[in-house]
Amino acid sequence: MSELNTALEHPTYNYKVVRQFAVMTVVWGIVGMLVGVLIAAQLAWPALNFDLPWLHFGRLRPLHTNAVIFAFGGSALFATSYYIVQRTCQTRLLWDKLAAFTFWGWQLVIVSAAVTLPLGITTSKEYAELEWPIDILITVVWVAYAVVFFGTIMKRKTTHIYVANWFLGAYIIAVAVLHIINSMEIPVALTKSYSVYAGTVDAMVQWWYGHNAVGFFLTAGFLGMMYYFVPKQAERPVYSYRLSIVHFWALVAVYIWAGPHHLHYTALPNWAQSLGMVMSIILLAPSWGGMINGMMTLSGAWDKLRSDPILRFLVVSLSFYGMSTFEGPMMSIRTVNALSHYTDWTIGHVHSGALGWVAMISIGAIYHLIPILFAKPRMYSVGLINVHFWMATIGTVLYIVSMWVNGILQGLMWRAYNQDGTLTYSFVESVAASYPGYVVRFLGGAIFFSGMLVMAYNVYMTSRRDVESQAVPATAGAV
Amino acid sequence: MTSFWSLWIIVLTTITIVGLTWILFGNRKKEQRKTERTTGHVADGIEEYDNPLPAWWFYMFVLTIVWGIGYLIIYPGMGNYPGLIGWTQLGQYDKEVAAAETKYRAMRDRYLALPIEEIASDPSVRKMGMRMFSNNCAQCHGGDARGSYGFPNLADDDWLYGGNPADIKASITAGRQSAMPAWGSVIGEQGVADVTAYILSINGRDTAAERVNAGQQVFQTYCVACHGADAGGNPALGAPNLKNGIWLYGGSAEQISHSIRAGRNGVMPAHADSLSEDKIHILAAYVYGLSQ
Repeated sequence: MSELNTALEHPTYNYKVVRQFAVMTVVWGIVGMLVGVLIAAQLAWPALNFDLPWLHFGRLRPLHTNAVIFAFGGSALFATSYYIVQRTCQTRLLWDKLAAFTFWGWQLVIVSAAVTLPLGITTSKEYAELEWPIDILITVVWVAYAVVFFGTIMKRKTTHIYVANWFLGAYIIAVAVLHIINSMEIPVALTKSYSVYAGTVDAMVQWWYGHNAVGFFLTAGFLGMMYYFVPKQAERPVYSYRLSIVHFWALVAVYIWAGPHHLHYTALPNWAQSLGMVMSIILLAPSWGGMINGMMTLSGAWDKLRSDPILRFLVVSLSFYGMSTFEGPMMSIRTVNALSHYTDWTIGHVHSGALGWVAMISIGAIYHLIPILFAKPRMYSVGLINVHFWMATIGTVLYIVSMWVNGILQGLMWRAYNQDGTLTYSFVESVAASYPGYVVRFLGGAIFFSGMLVMAYNVYMTSRRDVESQAVPATAGAV
Repeated sequence: MTSFWSLWIIVLTTITIVGLTWILFGNRKKEQRKTERTTGHVADGIEEYDNPLPAWWFYMFVLTIVWGIGYLIIYPGMGNYPGLIGWTQLGQYDKEVAAAETKYRAMRDRYLALPIEEIASDPSVRKMGMRMFSNNCAQCHGGDARGSYGFPNLADDDWLYGGNPADIKASITAGRQSAMPAWGSVIGEQGVADVTAYILSINGRDTAAERVNAGQQVFQTYCVACHGADAGGNPALGAPNLKNGIWLYGGSAEQISHSIRAGRNGVMPAHADSLSEDKIHILAAYVYGLSQ
């Protein structure tokens, strides 16, 4: 590996850490999505729990979410942010050793999660299940990440800080704040701690964290990715600088308020629920600002979509981003939430963001990066990228549609009344009615997962083979 | 909430909304036409156009802000300010419950006035009772009311606390607490084995006469108080009949021994706080009807 690295060493930039994270993005994507497909199958066929605690849905579900968000998404963000910050600041990363530490540290976090969660070691806080020793490790790695990233910005050779870096910077700062505040806990043993918050306050802190994990990790971070790879791949200027200013500041200012919409009709005071809902509605325009800026950047380059499947990944990811950021504010409205809350609609909404937006834009960005990082003119097979594109799109659509159907079905069944005032359905009847949707969701997820295997093959072949030079825009402008 | 925190919320919310409006209007461009002019920044070859904010997007943003302000005037949100219409989620709940009460209460009260024996076979009572049962009781007793390990079958003739209408209604209303003490340390492992043999024998399952006799001795000393001299049980205590072949915690020798050695605890929760009397009356009629 060291020989390979020397051969691939870029004279100015640190590509090694970018390459490591890019490869692990594919690896963790496969692992995380495989667990996702398994738990989707468990919901349709419960026998697949095998009566083993380590394979039980309740333990594997957090493993799936942690793996896809923090291992797959996190590696994609590390890879692209390290790449973008170097390229747009025209300088090498601040400190190679510290960057290497963030890589190995982050992998250690992921492996610890993969070991502890199936063993049942958990704080039980959603998306923050990891116990306190791992929380501390995350904090240390994250601070190192911030030092590398902002240090690189400080020593930039350009006067202006490119918009992608605003979003990446906001994501790094906000995630640090969110993680530290939400993970305040009192250890009672090496593998057990108790949150310092209790009751409603605990719930509010948890969803302030939970929603901003979506807002800053899964939105701001990936918008940073979008702002580099979309104009780069389309070879077009960003549509509107003004729009990026307004939607950046509005997005970071408003997202932080939106958490309470996860706690409608609970013990959370009415005023907090209302503010969460109002800010969620106002969040629509700032969210769409990113989609518009990405989409409009392509105007004048639409013909490229015909020949460039990487650009297709990026454009479709923006479409799903636009759709889920419309759906989110709508679901935050009290009366809509009364129907959608606790149903599969929420799961569908999350996955239109997670598969359609986060995964697709990451996949597009990684396809852009891999040839550059392995010093190849292009990916091994553009045709296979196209195959992957269609698998990802079809998988996502099957997933979302089945969960919409299930969610609305469940919401309506739970509130249906008979003439005599009794509930028409018992809970278990709504579970039985969800079965077809669970099967379709499993199929959609399995197709999306299989696409990742196609990607892994393509990435592997690109790294090993001498790929012929060909007039393909995949690596244009990246020397 | 103290007025300090109320003010804190109001001020922060106002700053956010005013700040949003300011940044939105501050970056608006007079000229609305699309431009080919860039800002002059170049980042790794990427340039940026100085295009105006899309008009439809701008107005959509304004609209959501205006709507948000309107909502915060009408509904609670600004700290302690209750909103123009005084909406609360508890108020909404009370209103919906009251509406349902006026709609359905009279009908249920008519049934409440009638004895359970009489309404137990009424088709509309059975239908209502079944829906209530599916949503309140089926989680433990099963959709068919036949129970499962640790949860009694309600569709047979065997009753722990009595099967007449009043007993059933009392079980649902106030719940039941069953406790079989652990006898392992009192009668020893030999005692447990002997009593098990005795219990099996009175259920027609042969075991060695010697053990059965020894077991009967122990039974007459320790178990009679609750289960009765003939092991027929006592509904007043919820002590089960031990000779009818119906087992709440399993009827294998090992399971019976375990019950004797380690004891058992059963809890039927009280429903007086979650269901009104008229509903419990209908539910009791449904359950009573199951075994008729």
